[in-house]
This record gives sequence, C-alpha cells and structure tokens, in this order.
Amino acid sequence: MFTYFIHRVLIMIPTLLAISVLIFIIIQLPPGDYLSNQILELKSQGDTAALAKAEFLRHQYGLDRPLIEQYAIWLGVWSGPNGFSGLLQGDLGYSFEFDLPVTEVVGDRLLLSFIVSFATIIFTWVVSFPIGVYSATHQYSIGDHSLTFLGFIGLATPNFLLALVLIYFANITFGTSIGGLMDPQYLDQPWSWGKFVSVLEHLWIPVIVIGTSGTAGMIRRLRANLLDELQKQYVVTGRAKGLPPLRLLIKYPLRVSLNPFISDIGNLLPQVISGAAIVSVVLSLPTTGPMLVHALQSQDQYLAGSFLMFLSFLTVIGMFLSDVALAGLDPRIRLGEQAVR
Amino acid sequence: MTLRTTSGGDGKLDHYVSGEPFDPYSVESMTSEQERYYMASQWQMMWWKFCRHRLAVISGAILAVFYFSILISEFLAPYHLHSRDAQHIFAPPQSLHLFHKGEFVGPFVYGLDYRLNMENLKREYTPNPDKVQPIRFFCSGDSYKFWGLFEASAHLFCPAEGGTLYLLGTDRLGRDMLSRIVYGTRISLTVGLIGISISFLLGLFFGGVSGYFGGWWDTLTQRLIEIIRSFPELPLWMALSAALPVTWSPTLIYFGITVILGLIDWTGLARAVRGKILSLREEDFATAAQLMGASSSRIIGRHLMPSFMSHLIASATLSIPSMILGETALSFLGLGLRPPITSWGVLLNEAQNINVVALYPWLMLPVVPVIIVVLTLNFFGDGLRDAADPYR
Repeated sequence: MFTYFIHRVLIMIPTLLAISVLIFIIIQLPPGDYLSNQILELKSQGDTAALAKAEFLRHQYGLDRPLIEQYAIWLGVWSGPNGFSGLLQGDLGYSFEFDLPVTEVVGDRLLLSFIVSFATIIFTWVVSFPIGVYSATHQYSIGDHSLTFLGFIGLATPNFLLALVLIYFANITFGTSIGGLMDPQYLDQPWSWGKFVSVLEHLWIPVIVIGTSGTAGMIRRLRANLLDELQKQYVVTGRAKGLPPLRLLIKYPLRVSLNPFISDIGNLLPQVISGAAIVSVVLSLPTTGPMLVHALQSQDQYLAGSFLMFLSFLTVIGMFLSDVALAGLDPRIRLGEQAVR
Repeated sequence: MTLRTTSGGDGKLDHYVSGEPFDPYSVESMTSEQERYYMASQWQMMWWKFCRHRLAVISGAILAVFYFSILISEFLAPYHLHSRDAQHIFAPPQSLHLFHKGEFVGPFVYGLDYRLNMENLKREYTPNPDKVQPIRFFCSGDSYKFWGLFEASAHLFCPAEGGTLYLLGTDRLGRDMLSRIVYGTRISLTVGLIGISISFLLGLFFGGVSGYFGGWWDTLTQRLIEIIRSFPELPLWMALSAALPVTWSPTLIYFGITVILGLIDWTGLARAVRGKILSLREEDFATAAQLMGASSSRIIGRHLMPSFMSHLIASATLSIPSMILGETALSFLGLGLRPPITSWGVLLNEAQNINVVALYPWLMLPVVPVIIVVLTLNFFGDGLRDAADPYR
C-alpha cells in the first residue's frame, strides 16, 4: 500500500508539469498579449503616462523575454524580475486587467468554487445511491423506468438552461435573489452565520444543476454494477440459506458494487468543474467560471493560466485521492498494479 | 438386433441394406430458417439484433429524419435564415388551427395584432380571430441560395400572402425561430459528425499504436491520455476556442471549433481500441498472420480492426452527444460559433438572461431539438453497442 501511495504521488509530479506546459502553450496561442494589445491601443490615443506604465509592466513581468523563459518564470524555477516567484512559490502572477496580483483578484472565488464542487459531489452521491439501488433491485418496474428516463433527461438537457429556468422558479416561489451565491447585503462581508445561511440558500440551485448529468451517469453505472452482482451465485446461495433480503443486499453485493462511487471522483471532478464553469456564468456566481471566461477573452494570461492550473490541480488531486481510496478499499487494484509491473 | 449367419454359409453376415441412395450429411441438415441464421454474415446478424432493440430503431428513424433535414433545410424552413420582420419583434408563437368558427378551413393561423403597452413598454401581441391566414404548401416565399449554389424560392410551406407564420415565435430582430432552428440543425449536427470523425481517426491511431506495439509507445500514449483526461473539458475547450484568431471568417471558426472538440475527445476511444487490440493480438489468427509474414499495418488494419470496428462505431456514436452539448455550451457562452453561422447554441445565446425566461420563453425552444437529438443518439448508440456483439 505504501509503495503504491509513493508511486502514485511520483506520477502526479510529471502530470502536473505537463499540464502546466500545456496550459502555458494554450494561453500563449493567441497572437500578442494583454499588454502589447494595450500598448497598441494607448499608442493610438497618445497617452504617454499610461504607455510608460504598460511598458514598465511588460518588462516587470518579463513579457518581453523568450517564451521558455516566461514559462520558467511563471513556474518559479527561473529568476524573474522579482526573483524566484512563480506557481511553485505560491505566486499566481499579476492580473493586468484588474491591476492587482491574481491572488487578490481571485480571493474568495477559489474557495467558493471548491465549496460548490464539493457540495455537488456530495449531492451526486446522496441522490444517486438510493436511486441506483432502487433501480437495480426493482429492475423493469415502473419506478425503474421512470427514474431511468428522468436520468436520461438530466443527461440530455444543457445545464445552463436548466439553471436559468430553476432560478426563475426559485425566485417566484421562494423569493431567492437572482444570481450570486449569497444575498447582496452579505457581499464583501466577513463570514458570519447569516452569510453562511444565505450561501446555503443559494447553493442548492447550482448544485442541482451541475449535479444532474453526473448523477444520471452514476445511477446508470451503479445500477449496471449491482445488477451484475445480483445475478451471481453467492447471492443465490445467501438467499437459499434464508438471509433476509435487505441484509443480504447490504452485506454483499452492495459493497462490491460501491467501487464506482470511489473511482468516479476522478471522472466526476472534471465534469463538475466543467459544469460549474458554465453554470456559474449563467447564474453569475462569484466562482472561477465567469472570471475565467472573461480572462480568456481579454488574454489576461496569468489570471487565465492560474485559473486553469487551479482547476486542473483540483482534478489531479481528486483523481489521486480516489485512486488511493480505491486501492485502500479494494486489494485487487493495488495488487493488480504490482502484478503488471 | 440379432446377428446370425446366412444359410449359404459363405461367412457373410446377414443384414439389411437399404437400396435407397444415402445422404451422409442428412444428420446435419437444417431447416431453411436455421440455415439463414447460420449462414448470415456478421453485419446481417448485427442488423437483426439491432432491430430487436425497439427504442434504438425508433431513435435511429428520428435521427435519420433530422440528418435528412439538413440536406434540404432551405426548403423546409418557411422563412430565410436572416429575413427580419420589424413589425413582429418578439412575437409569441402562433398556434395552428384547423377549424374557424366550426368550419373546416385547413391548417391556418390567426394574424397578430400588435400594441405597445405604454405602462411597461412591453410589446403585446394578440391573435385576431378575424384575420384567418391559411398556410400555403409547396409555395414560393423568401428566395434563398440552395446549398449556396443556385437561387430558388420554393418552400414546403409558407405564410399566407401578406400574413405571418411564426409557429415558434420570433426573436429580437423579428426573425422566425422555427426557420432558424431548422437552419441551426445543419450546423449543430455536422459539428458532432466532423468532430467525431477527427476523434475517431486520432483514437484509432493512438490506441492502435499503443496497443499493438506496447513498450514505451504505450507508456507515452497512456500518460498523454491521462494528462488530457485530467483537464476539465469545458475550460479547456473554452481556452482553445478563445485562442482562435478573431480575424478568421465564421466558416473557419466553425472548422476550428470542430477540430478542437475532436482533439480532446479521442482519449476514450483510444483506450477502447488499445484494450481490444491488447486482447486480440494474442489470438491465434493474429499469430498466424504474423507467422505468414504480414506487415504490422496489415495485421492491424486487415485482421484486428474488423473485429472491433463495430464496437468502435457504437462507442463513437455515444460520444457525439457530448460534442453537440459542448458546441452548444461554447456558443452559448459566446466562445464558440458566432453569427451569421447559426447553430442551436448560437440561438440559445439569446436566451442567456433571466428576462427571457420571464418574458420570451419561446427563445429557449432551440433546446428541444438539442434534447431530442442527444437522447436519440444515446438510445441509438446503446442499441448499436448491444448489436455490436451479435454472437452473444
């Protein structure tokens, strides 16, 4: 187990490195950068003071250096204008558009993104578990069919639209304020009980909306797995020996078919984060999504890059955790891994 | 049966021999029904098996209608994609009637009366029961360039002379939603097809190489796949499509987007191919081909690939929906296709704020075909997947 753990940690390092390279390439793909675009604009206006500042910033952040050097500075393995200060040192860079360090612009957003994703995963589990078990044990019943159909609808509806409709009805029936993750009076306030409750009141819409497609997928997988298990000999034996049905279900087949719940965190996370990005644009949630879209459009490269890096980091960590948890739970996996090697 | 010697005493056993001609294969003979089944080719078996999946067959039919419609979008849509009607901005859907005052008129709509509510500046349309506007069929209406090649003006149905026909309402420029949805089908459905072709080729190549050659090729590809998979899909799509140059024409952007969708999606297919090849390459027929001196590409292409092609097609079908949804999401955010290219996502872009839900809910209608197509593709793909292994 320990060797597996170490092995898994070691694999994460090159993965993250490769991801950072890819992200850097992607945010560098559009011609020019935020500042050079800015400089062109300022030149046409003849604003010399601002021009000087932009030129200064360009030099300050090393945008006039070769790309490889820029990457190394961003990563923090090359001495930039501020010495070694990059992702590795926890410095996310500087947002040109907001004229602030990325860390300050981002502020609560990363935390809220994390909260939304986490809540969504919990939601997915809580909802899909009983439904999946019900569908499998009552195969082809009316309940099974209608739940499966609902799941398919959840899979097929673009969730941004679902978000719009839900928030509209939430506003009409519950009077929840439209958009945002809390009531307006709590914005920029320190965390308090009232703020916490307000966040909870708003959280359910994005969580449901983002969670639907993941939940649908999870239900289908759990149902299929459990159906496979239910037909096996040991279940028949148990039943023949007179085990009560519920006890039989919980004691054996359910445990075996639980694997997707753990292993799917890895698959679920990218999905949740993707969903969150677009849903939060629609709902104007103060999470990373809307700002990422904006930063991408305006080529605010460090802001966009750091966001992407953060989201990918979250995913990689999630996959790591799910792999480790799975290996801990299921000896077949860690032994299988060693057998291959 | 008892044995006894013949009275002749020449040592021959006395036994019955039938004079009838004997068919040595008579035991193995089959009814024509069985024969048809056993002699059927693999593809035929798949077809039979597929036909047994009722839902998949229905879905396939619906999909066929949708895909056929993109060939003749111009003819099916009552209006041109860009024709505006300044008199009918944000007009609600007109409902179709058959009877006027108890009399059969055939399909018609009531004309709309327009009034600007001065209190809240809302446009109010009311159907006027005096204006009966029968729909014309196979008529000439807005002229268009069929496939961008030649001028034509024939439509399947169009509004009455001087009348309107907005079965699904109009948008903020007074453009007919139904026509726009019909035109949007062309883009939305082909995005999925082109995207999947790209990802299919990539998946086939990477999966094939990594499964067949193994070794460090395999390790490299597996790492690459792992890295791509650990990216959240949508932000990556967003980043890439934001990287498309602003100067590109809408058509180029369209191809750019499809390529982006395909570039990221191939990992699942590659894994499936790799898994299949890993197991098939140990089979006797693969070894036999190898011993006879067939080249690697011939073994992969001629011997291994046909065995899992059907599986691949099925799983490819299952990943078209995610592409269609992806395009819809991107265009909705304004990062994907842009007007004048019209896809369902571009249409939904107009339904981006909450006012639409409250005031003009019909602007959300493009989501209906999205849901239908995604659902039917899912069922169709499920059917294909079940049929892919007909011998089970």
